[in-house]
Amino acid sequence: MPRESETAPAVLIDRVGKSFAAGGRAVTALDGVSARVERGSVTGLIGPDGAGKTTLMRLTAGLLRLDSGRIEVLGIDVGKEPLEVQASIGYMPQHFGLYEDLTVKENLDLYADLQGVPAADRPARYAELLHMTGLEPFTGRLAGRLSGGMKQKLGLACTLVRAPTLLLLDEPTVGVDPVSRRELWAIIEKLTHAEEMTVLLSTAYLDEAERCGAVLLMHDGRLIGEGAPGEFTGKMAGRSFRVAARGIGRRRLQERLARTPGVLDAIIQGSHVRVVTEQTAPPAADALGPDAAGVEIAAVAPRFEDSFVALLKARVAPVAARAPDLPPQAPAKPAEDVIVVQHLTRRFGAFLAVNDVSFAVRRGEIFGLLGANGAGKSTTFRMLCGLLPASEGTLRVAGFDLRHAAAVARGHIGYMAQKFSLYGDLSVRENLRFFSSAYDLHGQRQRARMAWAFAEFELQAFAEATSKDLPLGYKQRLALACALMHEPDIIFLDEPTSGVDPLARREFWRRINALAESGVTVLVTTHFMEEAEYCDRLVIMAQGIILAEGTSQSIKARFASAERPEPTMEDAFVALIEESVTKARAA
Amino acid sequence: MWRRILALVAKELLAVLKDAKSRVVLIGPPLIQLVVFGYAATFDLNHVPFSVLNHDRSAASRELVARFAGSPAFQQMGALDSEHGIPELIDGRDAALVLVIDRRFTRDLALHRPARVQLVVDGRNSNTALLILGYANTIVTDFSRDWMHDHGGQAPPAVLDMRARYNPPLNSQWFIVPGIVALLTQVVTLLVVALTVAREREAGTFDQLLVTPMRLLDILLGKSLPGLLIGVLEATVIVLAAVWWFGVPLRGGLLPLYLGLLFFVISVTGIGLMISSLAVTQQQALLGAFLFMVPSIILSGFATPIANMPAPIQKLTLVNPMRYFLVVLRSVFLEGGTVQSLLPQYWPMALIAALSLLAAGWLFRRRVY
Amino acid sequence: MTTGPAGLTRTTETREQGVAHAARGGAAGRLRGLLRKEFLQIGRDPSSIAIAFLLPAILLLIFGYGVSLDARNVPVALVVEAPNADTAGFTARFAQSPYFRPLPFATIQQADRAMSARLVQGIVWLRADFSRQLQAGGAPIGVIVNGVDANDARIIEGYVQQIWIAWIAARAEEKGLPGPMPISVQLRVWFNPSVSSRDYLVPGLIAIIMTLTGALLTAMVIAREWERGTMEALMVTRVSLREILIAKLVPYFVLGMGGMAGSVAMAVWLFGVPLLGSIVVLAASSSLFLLAALGMGLLISSFARNQFVAGQIAIIATFLPAFILSGFLFDIGSMPVPIQLVTHLIAARYFVAILQTVFLAGDVWRVILPNMAALAIMAVVFLGAARLTARKRLD
Repeated sequence: MPRESETAPAVLIDRVGKSFAAGGRAVTALDGVSARVERGSVTGLIGPDGAGKTTLMRLTAGLLRLDSGRIEVLGIDVGKEPLEVQASIGYMPQHFGLYEDLTVKENLDLYADLQGVPAADRPARYAELLHMTGLEPFTGRLAGRLSGGMKQKLGLACTLVRAPTLLLLDEPTVGVDPVSRRELWAIIEKLTHAEEMTVLLSTAYLDEAERCGAVLLMHDGRLIGEGAPGEFTGKMAGRSFRVAARGIGRRRLQERLARTPGVLDAIIQGSHVRVVTEQTAPPAADALGPDAAGVEIAAVAPRFEDSFVALLKARVAPVAARAPDLPPQAPAKPAEDVIVVQHLTRRFGAFLAVNDVSFAVRRGEIFGLLGANGAGKSTTFRMLCGLLPASEGTLRVAGFDLRHAAAVARGHIGYMAQKFSLYGDLSVRENLRFFSSAYDLHGQRQRARMAWAFAEFELQAFAEATSKDLPLGYKQRLALACALMHEPDIIFLDEPTSGVDPLARREFWRRINALAESGVTVLVTTHFMEEAEYCDRLVIMAQGIILAEGTSQSIKARFASAERPEPTMEDAFVALIEESVTKARAA
Repeated sequence: MWRRILALVAKELLAVLKDAKSRVVLIGPPLIQLVVFGYAATFDLNHVPFSVLNHDRSAASRELVARFAGSPAFQQMGALDSEHGIPELIDGRDAALVLVIDRRFTRDLALHRPARVQLVVDGRNSNTALLILGYANTIVTDFSRDWMHDHGGQAPPAVLDMRARYNPPLNSQWFIVPGIVALLTQVVTLLVVALTVAREREAGTFDQLLVTPMRLLDILLGKSLPGLLIGVLEATVIVLAAVWWFGVPLRGGLLPLYLGLLFFVISVTGIGLMISSLAVTQQQALLGAFLFMVPSIILSGFATPIANMPAPIQKLTLVNPMRYFLVVLRSVFLEGGTVQSLLPQYWPMALIAALSLLAAGWLFRRRVY
Repeated sequence: MTTGPAGLTRTTETREQGVAHAARGGAAGRLRGLLRKEFLQIGRDPSSIAIAFLLPAILLLIFGYGVSLDARNVPVALVVEAPNADTAGFTARFAQSPYFRPLPFATIQQADRAMSARLVQGIVWLRADFSRQLQAGGAPIGVIVNGVDANDARIIEGYVQQIWIAWIAARAEEKGLPGPMPISVQLRVWFNPSVSSRDYLVPGLIAIIMTLTGALLTAMVIAREWERGTMEALMVTRVSLREILIAKLVPYFVLGMGGMAGSVAMAVWLFGVPLLGSIVVLAASSSLFLLAALGMGLLISSFARNQFVAGQIAIIATFLPAFILSGFLFDIGSMPVPIQLVTHLIAARYFVAILQTVFLAGDVWRVILPNMAALAIMAVVFLGAARLTARKRLD
C-alpha cells in the first residue's frame, strides 16, 4: 500500500555523503549535501560534469548506498526501503535504457508490464504519451533508428507509462538539439501542471536553470546555492554590462577587461564584451588603455550563468591570475584562405551525412562548426583532418588534402579530439613526451617545449599522475598542451569544452584567443550555441547541410524581431531549423 | 622516423604494462596454462584401475596378476568371482580393464597349448583403451618369455628390440611442454597486437595518432614491435621453465630455436594486426582473436598429430604458422635440430609472415578513415 | 478517469490502487513482459543466435575432424639387409596392416636420415643375419620409433607388437610346432570395438562447446544491458532481481538446449557416433549442465559490467579448463592428485562423463546419477551465488 505521506516534501536530502574508490583512492562525490524538493515543483539540479548530480540522482532512486546522511522520498527512507520508493517514482537515467532492437511500441509495452499498468488502461495512456512526444507516426520503428531527441522523448514516455508521483530526470537534454530541447521542456512543464507531478532534473546547461521553479546549484560534490532562479539573478542586478570599444579588437578588449580590478567575468559576445563586476558599478573605462577609443558601456539584464560564475569565483582561489599574455598583434597579413572546402559530400551507404558543403577559413581566424549531434559537423571535421575520405568535393588545408598529404604537412596542424582522448594509463609527462616525439621533437627542443607545457598549463603538480585520474579540467589542459607541442599553424578542436565547468571553459577560450591573436588558425566544433560568440565566423549545420554562415551577429540579426530584439544564438538556431523545414515543405 | 617509431614502441609498452587488464592477460593465462598443461595434459597412464577374474587360482596365474599389479600403470581394484560382475565394473567406470584368466590356464601352459587370457577394456576413451592394450600386451609378453625361459620351453624365433629415438622414456611431458612455448607465445602476442588498435579506436586516441606526422608504416611498425618483444620475452621465460622446471632436454642450439620463434612471432603479429584493423571495438577484436586461436591450436598438432586428420584438413593446416613452429620447437628440444634441417619449416613461416603483414598493411590503409 | 486541465487524461487508479495492484498481480505480468522482451531481442539480434547455434556447429566441425588420435597409414621405414622368404613373411604383414605404410630402405643410415627429416615415424630393421639367427631363436628385430610424440610412439609400438605376435604364431602353426608364446591374449574392447577416437571425442566435445556457449551467452547479454544503460532503467522499476535473473535464464536456457540438440544431431548423423542411451537422460543431464553453465555466466556478468571483460573471463575461465581438465582428451586418473582435485570444480568434467556414457554405453545409472547430482549441486551453487552477488544497486 502507498505509505507515502501527503505532507512530507517530495525529496528531503539530509547531510548526504558518498565516495567511490577510483584507482585505489577514494573520490568524494558528495560531501554533506542537504536540500529539499517541494511537491509539484520543477527543481533543477545544476552543475558541471563531476559535480555529483548523477550520484545524487541515483541515491534518490535507491540505486546506490548512502555513506552518511539520509534521503527521504515522499516521506519514505530510501536507504531502508528502496523498493517502496521505486514503486512510486519514475527515473530516467542519463543514457536511458531503451532497448534499441525493440520498436517504440514494444518498449512501451515492456515498461507498462514492469510498472504493472493494467491492459485496459494502456491504449488511452499510450495515445496521450505518443501524442505529447510526437512519436505517433513511429510506433513501429525500432528505437535504435530514432534520432537522439526522439530517443530522449521515448525514454521519457517509457518512464511515464504509469504516472509517477515524483519524476527524476538525469540530464534529459544532453546531446539533444535545441529544437528537441525546447520540446522536452514543453512536455516537462505540461506534466507538472496536468499531472501534479514533482520533477527533479539535472542539467549541465546553465540556461535551463531559468526554466526551473527552484534550483539546486552544485559544484565539486557540494551544494553551493539553492533557491528560485530569480533569487540568483536578483543578486546580480546592476552588475552586468556590455562593453564595446573601437580601435582594439574584441579579444584584446576582453583580455584587458578581464584584468581590470573589480571585474569578475568578461566574455566575448558578438562584437562586444559582456562584463560582470564585483560591485554594482560599471567597469572603469580608463583601464582599457590609451588605444581604446569610443568606449561604450551599457547595463544589461543579469543571467543565471553570471551568478554561477560569481558563486564559483568566490569559492575557488583565483588560479587564473596569470592569464596568458596576449602576444603583440601579429602583423596584418593578407586575409588568405588557409582552409578551403568546396562541394564537400560524404555518404555512408544511402545516408548523406554531409551534403554539398562549402566554406573557407582565413588565417588567424577562429572558425566555428555549430550544430546538434548528428548534424554532420563531426563528419566534416574528420574529413578536414584527413581521417575520413570525402565522397565528393575538394578540401584543402594549408594547401594540402591531409588525407593524401605528406607527413610533413600534418606537422603543421594540431588536433584535439573529442572527450580529450589521451593515453589514460600513461602519466601526464609520458603523454607529453609521446606526442612531442610523434611530432618529431627531440633533444633540446623537446625538453624546452615540455617545460613550456608544464608551466603554461600549470601541470607541474600532476606531472606523474595517471592522466585518466585527472580532473576533467586538467584533462582538457593536457589535451590542448599535447596538440600544441609542435607549435602548429592550424589547430582543430573537436567539442573542446563539453562537460567542463564555466570557469574552465573561460580559461580555455582565453588560451584559444591568445593563439588566434598570434596568427594561429582555429577550427572548432561545438554544440554549445553560446560558444558561437567566441568565433570570428561560423557555419551552422543541420542534417548535413549548412543553414547559415557568417559572424554570430549577422546570423542573430537575421532573426531579430519586434518581440525579440536581441535573439540568442539558440533562438537563431531554432528559427533556422523552422525556416529550413518550411522550405523543405514548400519544395 | 626511427625516433617516432621508438616513441610509439615505448608508449605501447608503457600502456600495456600500466593497464591492469592487459597485465592480467599477459601474466594470468600463461602462468595457469604452463602449470595446467605441463602437469594435466598428459597421455601417460598412471594407476589405471583394473580388476581380475581368475578362474585358475594357481601359482602361475597369480604370478601374472602380480605383474599387472606391480606395474605403475595399473592399480588393482579387488577381484571378481564371476563373469556377471564385469559389466557393472566397466559400466560404472570402477575398472577400465578386467583380466580374465581361463580355468585351464596352468594346464595349458604345461601342455604347451595356448593358455587363454582375456582382456576386457573400456573403449569409451579410445586412446586410453589403446594404451591399456599396449601396456597389457607388454606385460603378458614379458611373462611368457620369462615362463618359457624358466620352464625350458623354446624361445621365440625372433624378439622385438624396441627403442624410442629422442625420447627414450616416452615421456609425454617432453612432447607437451615444448608445445606450450608455441601456444602461449601465440596467445600473448595475438592479444597484445589484436587489442591495441581497437583499444585506441575506443579511446579515440587513434585519430590523434593519425593526424600526427606518423606514416602508416611507422604506426604499423610501432604497433607490431611491442608484440614482437613481448612474445619473444614470454617464449624465453617458458623455454627456461621447460628446461629448469620440467627438465625437458634442450639438445639443439638457441639459434635455430630463436630463428623459428622470430618467424613465428612475426607471422602471428601480422595476423593480429589483420584482426586489429578489422575490429572496431575491443570486444570484436577479442572475439576475432578467439576465433582464430581455437582452430589454430587444434589444427597445429599441439595435442593430436596432424597426420591423423582427414586429407582436406591436413591441407588447411599448411596456412597455420603454429604448425611449423611446433616442429621447430620439438626438433630443437628433442632431436637437436639445426638451422639447415629446419629450413622446410622456416620458409613457410616466413611466407605467412610476409603475406599477413602485407595484408594487414593493406587492410589498415583501407580501414583508416 | 479524470481529465486534467491541459486535456491530459490520467487514471485515478495509478497512484493509490496502482501500487497495491502492482504488488499483487504484477509479478506475473512483469515476468511476462521481460520474457517477451528477451525473446524479441533474440529474434532481432543475430549475435546471440550465432553464439547459440553457429558457434557450436563450427567448433564441432573443427574439433570433430581436426582432433583424432587414430594413427592410420603411419609411414615406417623397412630396412631389410638380406631379403629372403623369412623376412618377406614378416614385412608382408606391414603392407597388409591398415596402420602402416611401409617404405623400403636399403641401409639403416638412409632410414635414419628419413626419420630425421620426418619422412617416416619409425624404422623396422632386419639385419643381414636375421634368417640365421631365426633358426637359433631370439633373432632381434630392431624397432626404432620417433619418440617426440610419446603418445603416437606408444601406439605405434603397440601395433608393431601385435604384428610380431601374429607373425610368430602363424609361423609356429605353419611348422606344426607348439606356439612359441604360451599365452594367447583375447581382446574385447567394450563400447567402442573399432577403438575409434572420434566416437569418444565427439561426445566430450559437446560438453566443452556447451560450456563455452552457455557462459558466453549469459555473461555477454547481461553485460550488454549494463553497457547500454538498460539495466539502470530496469532496476528502478518494481522488478525484483529474481525476476530479472529468471527472465535472462529462461530464453538462454531454451537457446542453449537448441544448440545442444543441434550438436547431438551432428554427432549422430554427421559423425556417426552411436547413441545407445535414452534421449530423456540426455535431455535431463543437459538441462542440469546448462543451468550450471548459465549460472556461471550470470555470476561472471555480475562481476564484469562490460561485454569485453565478460567475454574475456568467459573464455579464460570456461574454455581452457574445460578443454584440459574435463577428462575429454586427457585421462583425469593419470593427472597428479592436486590437479585431480581441481577437476572436481569443473562442471564439464561431470558432463563429459555422462555424455561419453550415454552415447557409447547407454543409461548406466551408476555413472549418470552421481554425476547428475554433482551437476545439480553446481547449478544450485552458481545460481545461488549469482542471486546473492547481484545487487539491485549500482555500487
